[in-house]
Amino acid sequence: MSVLAIQNLSVALPAGADRAQAIENVSLSIEAGETLCVVGESGSGKSVMATAVMGLLAKGLRAIGGRVQLHGEELLTASPARLRALRGKAMGMVFQEPMTALNPVMRCGDQIAELLKTHTDWKPAQIGREVLQILERVKLPEPSRMAASYPHQLSGGQRQRIVIAMAMVLKPALLICDEPTTALDVTTQKEILALIAELQREQGCAVLFITHDMGVVAEIANTVLVMHQGHAVEQGARDAVLLRPQAQYTRMLLAAVPGMRPPAARPQAQGGALASASAVGKNYVLRDWLGRGRVTWALQDAALAVHAGETVGIVGESGSGKSTLARCLMRLIDPSSGEIHWGSHEVARLRESRLRPLRSHIQVVFQDPNRSLNPRRKVGASLIEGAVNFGASHQEAAQAAAVLMHKVRMPQEALLRYPSQFSGGQRQRLAIARALACKPKVLVADEAVSALDVSVQAQILDLLREVQAEFGLGLIFITHDLRVAAQLCDRVIVMHQGRIVEQGTTAELYASPKQAYTKALFAAAPADLTLPDHAA
Amino acid sequence: MSTWQRLWDNSAVKFGVIVLGLLIVLAAVAPWLGTVDPAAMDSANINTALGTHGSFALLDGSSIAHTFWFGADSFGRDIYSRVIYGTRVSLLIGITTAVVAIGIGAVLGMLAGYFRLVDGLLMRFMDGLMAIPAILLAIALVAALGAQLWTVVVAIAVPEIPRVTRLVRSLVLTLREEPFVEAAKALATPTPVILLRHILPNALAPLIVQGTFVAASAVLTEAVLSFLGLGLPADVPTWGNIMAEGRVQFSQYPSNVLFPALFLVPTVLAINLLGDGLRDVLDPKFAKR
Repeated sequence: MSVLAIQNLSVALPAGADRAQAIENVSLSIEAGETLCVVGESGSGKSVMATAVMGLLAKGLRAIGGRVQLHGEELLTASPARLRALRGKAMGMVFQEPMTALNPVMRCGDQIAELLKTHTDWKPAQIGREVLQILERVKLPEPSRMAASYPHQLSGGQRQRIVIAMAMVLKPALLICDEPTTALDVTTQKEILALIAELQREQGCAVLFITHDMGVVAEIANTVLVMHQGHAVEQGARDAVLLRPQAQYTRMLLAAVPGMRPPAARPQAQGGALASASAVGKNYVLRDWLGRGRVTWALQDAALAVHAGETVGIVGESGSGKSTLARCLMRLIDPSSGEIHWGSHEVARLRESRLRPLRSHIQVVFQDPNRSLNPRRKVGASLIEGAVNFGASHQEAAQAAAVLMHKVRMPQEALLRYPSQFSGGQRQRLAIARALACKPKVLVADEAVSALDVSVQAQILDLLREVQAEFGLGLIFITHDLRVAAQLCDRVIVMHQGRIVEQGTTAELYASPKQAYTKALFAAAPADLTLPDHAA
Repeated sequence: MSTWQRLWDNSAVKFGVIVLGLLIVLAAVAPWLGTVDPAAMDSANINTALGTHGSFALLDGSSIAHTFWFGADSFGRDIYSRVIYGTRVSLLIGITTAVVAIGIGAVLGMLAGYFRLVDGLLMRFMDGLMAIPAILLAIALVAALGAQLWTVVVAIAVPEIPRVTRLVRSLVLTLREEPFVEAAKALATPTPVILLRHILPNALAPLIVQGTFVAASAVLTEAVLSFLGLGLPADVPTWGNIMAEGRVQFSQYPSNVLFPALFLVPTVLAINLLGDGLRDVLDPKFAKR
C-alpha cells in the first residue's frame, strides 16, 4: 500500500477568486522511500495540496471531492483531534521560511521537546537525549549549543535544519516539504537537499516535495507531478517528464528554465564607461551608549565599470554586498570611500541638491514587484514622476509614458489603474517603463527577475535585452542565480562577504572558475537540465 | 469589492457610523428638539421631577410651556436641553483634539522617521512628554491659562501627540526602505514630495484608526476634567459638568448623573468600535484576530 494516496482531490476557492477551484481532480500516490515532486508556478495550487493533506487548509478553502489517504486512513473526514495526532507523528512538514515556522521566543531545543512531550509519554531525560540526537542527525554542529539557542541566533540554513529536525523527530511515514530551499542561498540549498535525501534513506519515509525549480526536481525527484491552474497537466517518472515531456505546458516550463551555458559572446563594448566605481567601500558604525563605535564593512574595495550596450552581472549569495555596491553606484546610499563616476561627473561625495539633476543618468528596477510601485498611486502618476522631475511638462511626460507602455507591451489603460490590479510580471514591466521614462544611460536591475515564475522570468529577460539594444543601455544585472546571469551577462563579477572575489567574461568564468569560492558556488547550482533539444 | 463596501459590511463600522451619525444630527438640530436655553435657570423649577409638563421662565421674563423629559437640576436648568447641547461640546472636542493630535503628530513623526539628525532629539523630547500624566498636565494648563475650549483641547491633545509621533515614525522607518521610495529618490523626486506623495498616503490608514482612538479618549477625558471642575466653565453644558452638578444630590436625584452617562457611554463605544472596524478593514496587519 502506498504511504500517501490522493484520488481526484478537488478544493474549492471562495467565491470571487480568479477561478472556482484551487485544485481540480488531482490524483497521486507516493510509496515509502520515494520522492514525488509537485512542480508548478505560483498560483498553480501546489501549496494548497500540501495543506489539504495536513488538514491545514486556509480559511475559505474547502475540499469538495476526492479522497486523501495516509496508509489507507481517510484524512479529509478525520476529526481535528485525529489530524492533530497524525501531524508530527505520521506526517511532518517543512516550510519555506524557517524564521516564521519557528517560535522566535522559544529555544530551538524546547520547540523540539514540546513535540515529543505532546506525542509520546517519554520521561524528560529521554526527551532531552532524543532532542540532542536528532540535532546531531540533521548535522548541526554542537547540538547542545543549538538546542539552547533562539532561532534568531542561527543562520537561515541552520534554522531550516531545526525545522527539518522537528518534522523528522517522530519518524513520520510522510514528509511534506513546501519550497524548503527557496529562501536559502544555493550553497545552503545543496546541503539541505542532501540532508533531506539522506534522512529519507535512513527512515524510508515518503517525501512530497513542492517546488517551482526544475533544477531541484532534476536533483531529487523519483516521480514528478506538473501542476498548472489547479490541474495536473503531466505526471510520471522524473526522466520521462524532464526528457520527454508530453504536455505543452511542461515543455514551455522546461524551455523557460535558463541553462548554465552562456550564449555566444557578443563583441566587446567600445568607448568610455557610462558609469564606474573604483575602490568603493561602505561601512556601518554601530555605537554603544558611550559613543564607542564598532565598524562593520558591508563593502570593501569594489570596482566596476559598465559601457554602452554591455551587461555586467554581479552574482553572490545574500549578504555578499552586491546590492550595496549597486546602491552606492546609484548614490542611493553614500559610499564611505572610493570614487564613483557617472559619465564625466565624479559623484561619490556630491550633495543631494547637485546630484538630483544628474540622477536621470542611472535608473533602477527592484526585485519585489509588489513593493516597487507606490500602491496608493496610479501607474500613470508613477510613470511621469521622473520625466516631470527632469523638466518635462506633464503633457510631454504623459505622451512619452504612452509610448513606453507600448514598448513594454502593456495596454494604455494600465496608466489609469493601480499597481494592485496587475500580476508580478506586469508590474515588473511597469517598473522598467518607469525607469526608462527618464531616458537613463545605465539601468540597474537588482534581482529584477528573482521573484517571478520561470516563464515570466524569461519574458522579462527578453524585454531587458530588447530595451538595452534599442537604447544602447549599460545594464548592471544583480542576481543570486548563476543560470540567469549566464543567459544575460557579457561579464560577471562574483562577490563574497563584501568583496569582489573573481570576475571575467561570462564564457571564461563559467568554463573555468579560478577561486575556491567561485568553484563552490558553481558546484552548488542546481543540476543543469538536460533538455530534449540538448539531448539529441 | 470597493473599500467603502467592505467598510460598510463590517458590523463594528456600521454600528459606529450609525450611532455617531445620530449624535451629529442631534447636535445639529438641538434648538428644534423642544429644548430651551441650556444655561437658563428658572428658580421655580429647581429639581423638577422628570417627565413633568410645566412652564419655563426665560431670561426676558416671558414663560413658555415646556416638558422636563429628564427633569431639572438644583439651579432649575433643564437637564434634557443641557444633555442635548452637551453633545455639541463633546463631539467638537473629540474631533478637534483628534485633528490637532494627528496633524502635529504626523508632521513630527515624518520628520523623526525620515531625518536621522532630528530623530534623537525629537524622540527624547517626546519621551519626556509621555512621562507627564495626562490629567496632571491638563490641570496645570487649565490652572495657568483658564478654562476655555482651546485650553481643554490643547490639554488633551498634547499627551496624545507623542503616541501619534511614535506610530508615524515607526511607519516611516519601514516605508522609507520600500523600493518605491528608493525608486522615487532615484527619479530625483525632492524629499518633501517623497514624504507627501509616497510616504504619507501609505501611512494614512493606521493614522485614521489612531485618530478615532484619540477622539474617544478626548471625549472621555473632557468629561473627567469637567467632572473634576477643571474643564469648561460650569455654565457651559457638557456631560461632565452635568454629572459634576448632579453628583451633589446623587442619592435623591440619580437621574441627573444617569442621563449624561447614557449619552457618554454609547458615544465613546461607537467611536472605539468605529476605530476597531476601520483597523480590521484598512489595516489587517494590526487586527487582533
